[in-house]
Amino acid sequence: MPYIPHTDADIQKMLDVIGSDSIENLFDEIPAALRQTSLDKVPSGLSEMQISRLMSERASNDQQGLNFIGAGAYEHHIPAAVWEITTRGEFYSAYTPYQAEASQGTLQLLYEYQSMIAHLTAMDVSNASLYDGASGLAEAVLMAVRANRKSKSKRILIPDSVNPIYRQVANTIVKNQKLSLESVAYDPNCGNTTLTSLPEEPGDLAALVIPQPNFFGVVEEVDALTDWAHQHGALIIAVVNPTSLAMLKPPGEWGKSGADIVCGEGQPLGIPMSSGGPYFGFMCCKKQFVRQMPGRIIGRTVDLDGKTGFSLTLQAREQHIRRSKATSNICTNQGLMVTAATIYMALLGPEGLHQVAHHSHNNTNALIKQLTKHASVEVVFSRPSFHEAVIRFTDRSVEAVLEQLQQHGILGGYNLKQHFPELGEAMMVCATETKTDDDLSHFAKTLADILDSKPS
Amino acid sequence: MSNIPAHLKYTKTHEWIEEQDDGSVKIGITDHAQDLLGDMVFVELPELETVLEAGDECAVIESVKAASDVYSPLSGEIVEVNEELVDNPDMVNKNPYVDGWIFRLMPSDPEQFNSLFDAEAYEMASSEEDH
Repeated sequence: MPYIPHTDADIQKMLDVIGSDSIENLFDEIPAALRQTSLDKVPSGLSEMQISRLMSERASNDQQGLNFIGAGAYEHHIPAAVWEITTRGEFYSAYTPYQAEASQGTLQLLYEYQSMIAHLTAMDVSNASLYDGASGLAEAVLMAVRANRKSKSKRILIPDSVNPIYRQVANTIVKNQKLSLESVAYDPNCGNTTLTSLPEEPGDLAALVIPQPNFFGVVEEVDALTDWAHQHGALIIAVVNPTSLAMLKPPGEWGKSGADIVCGEGQPLGIPMSSGGPYFGFMCCKKQFVRQMPGRIIGRTVDLDGKTGFSLTLQAREQHIRRSKATSNICTNQGLMVTAATIYMALLGPEGLHQVAHHSHNNTNALIKQLTKHASVEVVFSRPSFHEAVIRFTDRSVEAVLEQLQQHGILGGYNLKQHFPELGEAMMVCATETKTDDDLSHFAKTLADILDSKPS
Repeated sequence: MSNIPAHLKYTKTHEWIEEQDDGSVKIGITDHAQDLLGDMVFVELPELETVLEAGDECAVIESVKAASDVYSPLSGEIVEVNEELVDNPDMVNKNPYVDGWIFRLMPSDPEQFNSLFDAEAYEMASSEEDH
């Protein structure tokens, strides 16, 4: 459908048909006090040449730097083929089409995506993606309350070791739906959620959230936590890093019967960090809960001639049929990001993804070893971690150290003070497969120099 | 014209109610309702021992066209659900008044029976709805 704006004559003709004098009259319904008539903070238009120049100038303000920040968005190598293929005309469309079955290629891609994610998580079913990891957790929480038929509770336990941004987003989305998100303290020495930090008599619970690895990069005792929740009639919501699943036990195999709902951020799978988005969320579940899962699901079928085809399935859950009782108001998925992720996973394969995970894990361990050679740097948590770890400065403030590192072109880590002041002068570092041995020793040496110099 | 057995009671939301010897009632959806909804693909049964008020949503039936709620016609407690429907939801289409029953309820307020439709009243109500 071409985009052709209405001419004045078109507009007049339409107004004549509906018997209105002006477009302005159509907004009569809105009380004058609520109307914003002038947009004085929106600047007037610029030409293409002017806007290109403005944007290049702004882009040059971004410092690339040698990046050791993780905390939810990860710098991984993205093979050039990923976005070369993703941006081909055939794929370069952001939405699930409205006449979905007319776009068999798009549906096949989503089906392949679902198959890969379900395989990675060892779950029965995946949807065709959600908005991002944080809203994915909110959707998982709402889903758990609907799906847990043993429980009438709207109480969900969310450990403090879950990404604090995810907790905020989930709380914003669910707080007006009478759900209560209850926190669970992490072990101050090990950095994980232990059975002893869980309530002894939890009462009626809808679900327990388990992050793996958790926000600190620490690996949780997923089997024990899963079995604890199931013993108390609660479902398990796993929040996982997809890259880590190439090394760690997938949520479908946690404990005696596996996680019930799995969600997470898809960005590590071939999506550039891009200052925070667009990303995509993924979500999987056990087959028995599929009718409570939000979002679209693509199925494989055969047509009248027996040829393989793909279609939207289980649509009765969705808003155009179920109206206010739909499992979610989310219909749009992050189609283009999912396309890139599918191509990324296809190019790397299980072995490639394992190598990414393995190198990232080893790099972070090697980095921590080097950084902590300095007497004023200590490791905060004793448990093993995936590809992030928390360190603490014994005689400097994190802000000062990070600022000085930045002056040397190093984005040294994520300052944990804002969300975890109890950890003191602590920051989290992450070294993915993109970092070389030279990068690691350069970081360690620069940091040591800063710490050895007089505090500014 | 759809089949409306004379021995049953009905609601305007298209549930039928059959009194059992033990004082409980079986509940399902009418022939007219299954015809409107089309081929059933899934029935979400209520949980046993759930205590309901008359008019509460308690089950969901999903057809190729739509997913609709089933309302409890009476107050009471769920004492049995038709597990057969989990694997064979099409029994609601094939035999809505016998094999297609959805749940059995032990009513807590016998007075409520008086507010149910008989076959004639249901036929009138559902034919008015068609126009």
